[in-house]
Amino acid sequence: MKILVCLSNVPDTTSKINFTDGDTKFDTNGVQFVINPNDEFGLTRAMWFKEKQGATVHVATVGEASTEPTIRKALAIGADEAIRVNAFPVDGFFVAEQLAEIVKNGEYDLVIAGRESIDYNGGMVPGIMATLLGMNFINTCISLEIEGNNATATREIDGGKEKIATTLPLVIGGQKGLVAESDLRIPNMRGIMMARQKKLNVVEPTSSKNVTTDVKFEKPAPKGKVTLVDADNIDELINLLHNEAKVI
Amino acid sequence: MSVLVYTESENGKFKKNAHEVASYAYEVAKQLGTTATAISINANSAGDLGDFGISKVLIVSNEQLKTFNAKAYAQVIAQAAEKETAKVIILSSSADTKFLAPILTAQLKAGYVPNVVSAPESTSPFKVKRTVFSNKGFAITEISSDVKIVGVSNNAFGSAENKTTATVESFDPSLGDDTFTTKSIEIDKVVGKATIADADIVVSGGRGLKGPENWGMIEELAEVLGAATACSKPVSDLGWRPHGEHVGQTGKPVASNLYIAIGISGAIQHLAGVSSSKVKVVINTDPEAPFFKAADYGVVGDAFEVVPKLIEKLKEFKAQNA
Repeated sequence: MKILVCLSNVPDTTSKINFTDGDTKFDTNGVQFVINPNDEFGLTRAMWFKEKQGATVHVATVGEASTEPTIRKALAIGADEAIRVNAFPVDGFFVAEQLAEIVKNGEYDLVIAGRESIDYNGGMVPGIMATLLGMNFINTCISLEIEGNNATATREIDGGKEKIATTLPLVIGGQKGLVAESDLRIPNMRGIMMARQKKLNVVEPTSSKNVTTDVKFEKPAPKGKVTLVDADNIDELINLLHNEAKVI
Repeated sequence: MSVLVYTESENGKFKKNAHEVASYAYEVAKQLGTTATAISINANSAGDLGDFGISKVLIVSNEQLKTFNAKAYAQVIAQAAEKETAKVIILSSSADTKFLAPILTAQLKAGYVPNVVSAPESTSPFKVKRTVFSNKGFAITEISSDVKIVGVSNNAFGSAENKTTATVESFDPSLGDDTFTTKSIEIDKVVGKATIADADIVVSGGRGLKGPENWGMIEELAEVLGAATACSKPVSDLGWRPHGEHVGQTGKPVASNLYIAIGISGAIQHLAGVSSSKVKVVINTDPEAPFFKAADYGVVGDAFEVVPKLIEKLKEFKAQNA
């Protein structure tokens, strides 16, 4: 089984978000970049497929040279090879088309991407990619088992979960649940050393164009001061929620 | 060239978010000088969609579509868009719709912008405001493709009544044999209880509750309020509560009218995930907890004393206001 894990290079979840250039660009100053958490769960699941079922695992990202530390981390965790499409990820459709090209050329059986990136939250790359390639697709995937050509997956739905049967080739939009938080791996020294020897292929993008453009960014309005209610005066809290906030 | 909106139904009846997306579609149609058409799968009737500005409802009745199938549903919407020559398609933010949206996007070679919080800033060029960076910011995004798909955030635009008379038309899409390549085997879903996605009120517990055995009062508070229950990331990682209840940046987003955080300190990732909620209440022993800076109302106190009191007082309140 040949697996491609798609990685997005995103600001660490603790990052403070600021904008620059007249609020037209994300300010990367002082921001630590990491593997998108939804993708990292998928990467770890792919490692299990490698260790238990002998799969080959490649990783791919669409990003400029500055994303290479994130890709190297995936190689240090255990991916066999990496591909970087040398382009700024302008929008979801563009990224999906670039990754679809990689999948087509690499003849992958299974493509694992995160359900969404935590920066632009588009949630569209795996689904567009699958459709462009005519592959099966399961979103918000929280468990995945493969036997031969058959896949059994569980996806999160509003208020519960759904078990789905399908076949390879398959694209999933994964998230926590594929593996648990405690299963995530920190690269060790041996992994980091080995990652230096592994192939990181840089390819140029296809000619596809973006269909959406972020023209301006805004920060949320500052929050007003909290109204404190005494723990012995819960009647007052109910009164405020009923008469002032009008939510009960 | 109407605006097309996909209105979700369950057991023949429209879901709560159908009113919100219908209202949004009417607003876009008004801006474009056209009308709004709804596409619906296995709904019993047009229901009250006319009250929210919908002029026409296309209803598909098909046994094969009884269970949700993303590819098949996307094809139905794509064919309806073609029939109506719709250039703008409005979708909700439910899990099912976010599943079918990228498939539809690829089929129509459309520009898709999800998490949109308000009516278009302009329609030429077509610009919408959406949340980015997991609610830590907003972007004004321009869609330049011929067909445009807008995913409306839960509980952001709201529902607005616009009395119209909706005509009903049945619609028969053609679905090939290659459509149903994924099969639903089993659905495990809570019935008769509010879900985090559509609840007006969400009651959420954190590590301050000390252990899963103390969730009884959280569930009781939720029951009194008709609320959904949720939890912080550490609580789900510790296995105290199921993953499906984890709310925050890497869990589910919350956009309820009221969010009550109990024993949750308010890490930046948690605050981002719940920031779309209209009113936030925090109950915490530590007055320095970051959540007090993000909340509208706060109680500094021990959850084990405050929550039972709150349940008792709410029961009295409900009895008086019934």
